[in-house]
Amino acid sequence: MADSAQVVREQDPVRSVLRADGSLAGDPRRALGLTPEGFVDLYRKMVSIRRADQEALNLQRQGELGLWGQFLGQEAAHVGATMALEPTDWIFPSYREFGMAMCRGIDPATMLTVFRGLTHGAWDPRKFHFAPLAIPVATQVPHAVGFAMGSRLEGSGEVVLVTFGDGATSAGDWHEAMNFAGVFKAPVIFLCQNNYWAISVPLPRQTAGRIADRAAGYGFPGIRIDGNDVLAVFAATRAAAERARRGDGPYLIEAQTYRMGAHTSSDDPTRYRTAAELEAWSSKDPIARYERWLRAEGLLDQAGVDGIGKEAESTAEKMRTRLREAPAPDPGKAMFDRVYSRPSPGFQQEREEFESSLESPG
Amino acid sequence: MSSVTMAKAINTSLRDALRKNPKTLIFGEDVGPLGGVFRITDGLQKEFGEDRVFDTPLAESAIIGISVGLALKGFRPVPEIQFDGFIYPAFDQIVSHVAKYRNRSGVPLPITIRVPFGGNIGAVEHHSESPEAYFAHTAGLKVVTPATPGDAYGLLQSAIEDDDPVVFFEPKSRYYLKEEIDLPSAAVPIGKAKISREGSQVSVIAYGPTVETALQAARSAEQEGISLEVIDLRSLSPLDTETVLASVRKTHRAVVVHEAPVFGGFGAEIAARISHDAFDVLEAPVARVAGLNIPYPPARFEKLYLPDADRILQAVDAALAYG
Ligand SMILES: Cc1ncc(C[n+]2csc(CCOP(=O)(O)OP(=O)(O)O)c2C)c(N)n1
Repeated sequence: MADSAQVVREQDPVRSVLRADGSLAGDPRRALGLTPEGFVDLYRKMVSIRRADQEALNLQRQGELGLWGQFLGQEAAHVGATMALEPTDWIFPSYREFGMAMCRGIDPATMLTVFRGLTHGAWDPRKFHFAPLAIPVATQVPHAVGFAMGSRLEGSGEVVLVTFGDGATSAGDWHEAMNFAGVFKAPVIFLCQNNYWAISVPLPRQTAGRIADRAAGYGFPGIRIDGNDVLAVFAATRAAAERARRGDGPYLIEAQTYRMGAHTSSDDPTRYRTAAELEAWSSKDPIARYERWLRAEGLLDQAGVDGIGKEAESTAEKMRTRLREAPAPDPGKAMFDRVYSRPSPGFQQEREEFESSLESPG
Repeated sequence: MSSVTMAKAINTSLRDALRKNPKTLIFGEDVGPLGGVFRITDGLQKEFGEDRVFDTPLAESAIIGISVGLALKGFRPVPEIQFDGFIYPAFDQIVSHVAKYRNRSGVPLPITIRVPFGGNIGAVEHHSESPEAYFAHTAGLKVVTPATPGDAYGLLQSAIEDDDPVVFFEPKSRYYLKEEIDLPSAAVPIGKAKISREGSQVSVIAYGPTVETALQAARSAEQEGISLEVIDLRSLSPLDTETVLASVRKTHRAVVVHEAPVFGGFGAEIAARISHDAFDVLEAPVARVAGLNIPYPPARFEKLYLPDADRILQAVDAALAYG
């Protein structure tokens, strides 16, 4: 089996701001326009979403969730990309972007009700500028491009970020959407979280080329960055957003990262990957690396780290309690309420029959 | 004889097909080293090599599209679609080409598309659908679904040996249903329904995952002195109307069961056939017990959506009390 670390070839340097050891490869302060608090906030958010992700996995193991798809190892992509956007910019996620949703202010307990099997969609996309999860792979990509085309038509100025995995880049929808984006100069950022695995299928089975290079074929630029470097993700996304806002069209960012956990709680990755590969990637952990740099820069000390850890703990605890206390919705409401804007009399009648059948069992 | 699960029976059937015919190929998402998300292709790549059992890029349209080309080249492709809800990107290839290639060219297209389908597994959205009616509606395709391990083995053999394309729906909630059988089990011809349980008062017509539900209903009904005949269609297209009509001519009443929404569902075809061809003997309207006319609900509510033994028995009671 191919070693994912080899994907990064010598002649093919991954663009980073922070090296794996936490030292600096560029000058982020000038480039990023972040305040000292802004830098610390990226750390706080990564710590917080990682802790919540772990808690969600625990909840799944306790039977509180039907399924959980961890994003462990991909925190830099979630936080760096989301925080580089304006809150009015839209995000179109796949199914693994719990961390992005948290960064957007969506209540994590509410979000988990999807994985508890209570609802197919737990938030109003219009309120958070965060589209519903898209489980069929790559299907959200054309939605994002359409939204971006609309934004351009109206001159309303929102930029759109759509995110997906490496597997998604094989799907027809992805290519069709990339092409539309190029043709219509849509203000959209394609963020590929290339975590090397699509369930058990490794990257070389998805493409014989490089994901970032595909943008050229559609007439716009693409870059490959170190997706475990929060500053690199932030910088690339910010640059792509500014470019899109200026009217210069789409941009593809291939963020190289790694899915440290299983595909989902139903998956057994020991069947297809080695412990050595995991170990190689743990040394590139996005949080440890960033923490080292913040400390070295004097932006964060032990007390700060402890405080942020405590905060994350209490967020996770609240999430757990709120989820457990979440009332099961009324079945009629959950199943029938959102199917049509104006239900037909026939549909209404079916609902009534269903509801009365619940009242009189047998 | 040994106790065999449906998952094991399908796995063995695939293995035997690979052994029998060197032109048989298996491919799809995660079917290789992982052995499929349901482990249905477990061990096959190891035994037959990466040329004959292989993982593909994540692209259902191309998985089916390349099947057309491979079939044209003389192979027998057995592509897997990972879940029912992910077959839609391939819909164009299936409807426009897999179904119609022979009619256009005279060239046979021996493709077997395996699709785990149906609900009742507590899954997230798009993992519990029953899209069989779309395909049964499409001339040129054969559509089959087993309800028991023995039938799963035999029906899959027939599907892979068939010179026409077959959509093979596997009732994923019944993958671990067991049966005492010897493998290889007997061949099961496509287009032949089976009487799963004989009875005299009402014919309950089901397929795939709901056959077991109908049998549960029949066992409860027996305790109340009501005799149900359970028919397992096994093949939706071609449809064995003869077996269905013979049963209804005996019982004079019919209840059709499936998980897919009732509106425009496959049950409508059965009900129409019975109503037309056995109108003279019917003592009650043909009833349909099926999924509600809503998108498949979140897992917490799926039991309220799916047909169960109680709902079948209510329809049976109504049929018996009719008139
Ligand atoms: C159209 C479609 N086919 C198959 C699946 C089943 N499936 C879910 S996730 C997945 C792999 C996706 O890999 P990738 O796009 O790299 O994203 P990742 O899960 O690694 O974040 C597959 C095959 C699906 N959800 N949608």
